[in-house]
Amino acid sequence: MHICTVTPISMTVGANRIVPGVSIPHPAGNPHVSREEELKIREKIVRTALKALETEITEQTVFEVESVRRYENE
Amino acid sequence: MRIIHYLNQFYGQIGGESEAYCPLQVKEEAVGPGKRIEAMLGDDARIVATIICGDNYFNENTETVGRQIEEALKKYDADLLIAGPAFNAGRYGIACGAVCKIAYEMGIEAVSGMYRENPGVEMYRRYGYIASTANNARRMKEALESICGLAKKILSGQTLATAEEEGYFERGLRRNVYVERNAAQRATDMLLAKIKGEAFVTEREMPVFKKFAPSPAIKDMKHATIAVMTSGGLVPKGNPDRLETCNCTKYKKYSLEEAYGGKGAAAGQVVHGGYDPVYGNADGNRILPADVLVKLEEEGVFGKFYDHTYVTVGNGTEVDHAAEFGDRIAEELKEDGVDGVLLTST
Repeated sequence: MHICTVTPISMTVGANRIVPGVSIPHPAGNPHVSREEELKIREKIVRTALKALETEITEQTVFEVESVRRYENE
Repeated sequence: MRIIHYLNQFYGQIGGESEAYCPLQVKEEAVGPGKRIEAMLGDDARIVATIICGDNYFNENTETVGRQIEEALKKYDADLLIAGPAFNAGRYGIACGAVCKIAYEMGIEAVSGMYRENPGVEMYRRYGYIASTANNARRMKEALESICGLAKKILSGQTLATAEEEGYFERGLRRNVYVERNAAQRATDMLLAKIKGEAFVTEREMPVFKKFAPSPAIKDMKHATIAVMTSGGLVPKGNPDRLETCNCTKYKKYSLEEAYGGKGAAAGQVVHGGYDPVYGNADGNRILPADVLVKLEEEGVFGKFYDHTYVTVGNGTEVDHAAEFGDRIAEELKEDGVDGVLLTST
């Protein structure tokens, strides 16, 4: 599965299970929040990624991460 | 001018399918279609050697054959390599393409001829001028004329026109040329033509990406082995394998624990030249989320955290290259019993 912030690129190159990252330079973290908060965000992303791998799909699917704000640095 | 010609066992007049395992041999003369090539090229060019190899032998012994071809190209000091034509013969087309690639890597121009659906076209078109031919050898004369047309221009030092004008498969090369109208004007012309429903020709074909059938879901996550890897260029500190910051030509496999400062540390260095490395340099887990994966492994959310990672730099990397990396990595992971992968991209 693909953790990628710009999900349309991920779709274009043919990834099937996609989880949005936080931001281009830090897909699995966020330097603008506290360390504890950042770890929580990372865990949510990774848990969503694992769930994506456990999910049967028939077409390209983006698995949204619950309550994680994205593009904070863009 | 000195030409080396590559042929398979059939056109090299050794034999048919029964000789497909015939090892590589070199004859210091023109053979079969090579004689017609010499006649077409006239007095200025001569086939100094013909390399002949069985199609199966070639494709099953690529390393040995590659070395032998390299030696022959050096020994006979070739100005140009001609391979085939291979028409729609798959194994032969792949061999011809591979020979063109070897020549390309040695700085020698190469010309071949294939039918558009020959797999050798898609695999090797960027390494040589592959003339578009019919799908069978009944059109040998036309195929040789196309090949010799290209060969003559190359040997006389002329710059070839576009793929479409010259009749070869596009190589994806970009070259500076002078034109009357600037890019904005040309783009506007195209747009207006498009709006009017008129024909227009793009100057740069956009790549068409393949779609892939999704892999089945992991049924038993509690016993699954999970790997993490990245195209974000988070390499071990000091970039020991010198991964390129853009147009990366390689990927590397590293032990997460040994090369990145201990279990779950992901302490590395971002060498990707296309994004701000500050955040990844400060905490590599933002690129390779190893800390969380270690935690979830300990909690038993999944079975085993694969102890190695793969890294490349996805910055202007050619899709063909990336696809090749992916194929090779997937094979290695399968052998190692990895069930699922988290690939992060920046």
